[in-house]
Amino acid sequence: MTITVNGSERTIQENLTIQGLVEDLGLAPAHVVVELNRHILTQDQYSQVSLKTGDVLEIVQFVGGG
Amino acid sequence: MDSLIIAGRTFQSRLMVGTGKFSSNQAMVDAMENSGCEIVTVALRRVDIDRPDDSLLSHIDRSRYLLLPNTSGARDAEEAIRLARLARAAGCEPWIKLEITPDPYYLLPDPVETLKAAEILVKEGFVVLPYMPADPVLAKRLEEAGTATVMPLGAPIGTNKGLQTRDHIAIIIEQANIPVVVDAGLGAPSHAAAAMELGADAVLVNTALADTPDPAAMARAFRKGVEAGREGFLAGLGQQRQKAQASSPLTGFLRSEL
Repeated sequence: MTITVNGSERTIQENLTIQGLVEDLGLAPAHVVVELNRHILTQDQYSQVSLKTGDVLEIVQFVGGG
Repeated sequence: MDSLIIAGRTFQSRLMVGTGKFSSNQAMVDAMENSGCEIVTVALRRVDIDRPDDSLLSHIDRSRYLLLPNTSGARDAEEAIRLARLARAAGCEPWIKLEITPDPYYLLPDPVETLKAAEILVKEGFVVLPYMPADPVLAKRLEEAGTATVMPLGAPIGTNKGLQTRDHIAIIIEQANIPVVVDAGLGAPSHAAAAMELGADAVLVNTALADTPDPAAMARAFRKGVEAGREGFLAGLGQQRQKAQASSPLTGFLRSEL
């Protein structure tokens, strides 16, 4: 199935959780924030929420800034 | 030095440091260390999925530094609020440097959107530190909205021009009941000292450290500038006069003096 992550389409396996996706992308779940269809998830939701086709995700992290 | 209190929290340092534009994470960490700062600002950005880089957070000791996420990149209140909520979801304390800059050339803060966002974020329980034009009326309005500080600019971000807004910042300091943090544009330790001598409660610098040949040495210099300025302010500066006033006693014998 296909989802959109940070503006790009991506094909993923069925029943993948947010936690699984974040780990597959090589990111540390504790260091990112995920918005699912413009709804902000808390970190304890990552392992509970499974992705559905057409979902739109925004994954952000802290970078240097003034 | 006397301590700084923001939203009930006590800090020993009056210098805040931005983490942008350092040539390496090590350069950033060294500058933070030498600055003596306890508050560091960070920004939120989309992860580059194809090239995830090393997380900034793994380089910042959060037991030592309070992370102050900013809303840089926001062009209106709605975008800033979205960024603030994301930052809070990242597990940060709900402190936010509110920054709304619709104009990409001078990066001047939008007063109307900043006030609008501040009102909403305060209601949502955020400790709001708004970056703002050096406008005394706006400073009062933000204070009334419940912001924890005001952060008037000395000059546009990254310009290193110093305290161009001096007279207006003096009025803001005179009228404020919350800490005044001079943010943006300070480029030299003497600029930081001047802001502190004027009675500012703290200053925030980033470019002035990061974009120099030796950020760690410059951070130490800024620390001294801030401390000197604060101590000078507390000691009470002497009055300025138009005419000279001799600091040596009259000789009494070279000629007859009345």
